[in-house]
Amino acid sequence: MSVRVQKEDFDLGAEILRLRRNNPKIGAVASFIGVCRDINDGDAVKTLTLEHYPGMTEKSIQNIIDQACTRWDLYDVLVIHRVGTLLPTDQIVLVVVTSSHRGEAFAACEFVMDYLKTRAPFWKKEDISGGGRWVDARESDDAAASRWEH
Amino acid sequence: MVTLLYFARLREALGSDRERLELPTGVADVAGLLSLLRARGGAWEKELAPQRNFRVAVNQDMADGATPVTAGDEVALFPPVTGG
Repeated sequence: MSVRVQKEDFDLGAEILRLRRNNPKIGAVASFIGVCRDINDGDAVKTLTLEHYPGMTEKSIQNIIDQACTRWDLYDVLVIHRVGTLLPTDQIVLVVVTSSHRGEAFAACEFVMDYLKTRAPFWKKEDISGGGRWVDARESDDAAASRWEH
Repeated sequence: MVTLLYFARLREALGSDRERLELPTGVADVAGLLSLLRARGGAWEKELAPQRNFRVAVNQDMADGATPVTAGDEVALFPPVTGG
């Protein structure tokens, strides 16, 4: 189980190889990559800058991973989230889950992303024509996270 | 003393990313601390108004008005999160 908050890009293939190494019991690997788009709310986005709360961010993601491991039978969960200034097409976030079977891997991957979106302290600021604009939290993200609360 | 941290839009609106504050007698929870900050007026009163949408964490755990605040604590104020 690991959490990395970093400025550097990441390599999905290399990370999966690392997670699978020496574990022949893994039967399923599910992953998600969030990517920086060039448009948001109808405006062209030039750059996206991500800010976080060092310490609490890592701790809250670790807490989300711990919850996932309680709910599903998983071998490993990896979360990498980038901070700093990114450009459209840049990768923002990676979640990889390994388990014996696909159902648990898919569900846990989605759970981790849904909770990360609403609980981990990151904030996005877009550079659009006319200046900077903080991205507002979306109700649809709260709804996605609340699906898991039962 | 408590350490106050401000992030993202709140950091910009308040013009501060951190400060150290001596808790006056009688201020023992998040609600009391917020009242103290609002009394500064201006952006503080506006941005931290009860109807505004912001979050508070005490020692890196999400908190609410009733969460105790004591000397040595780290209290962070920030907008709803937008990562991922």
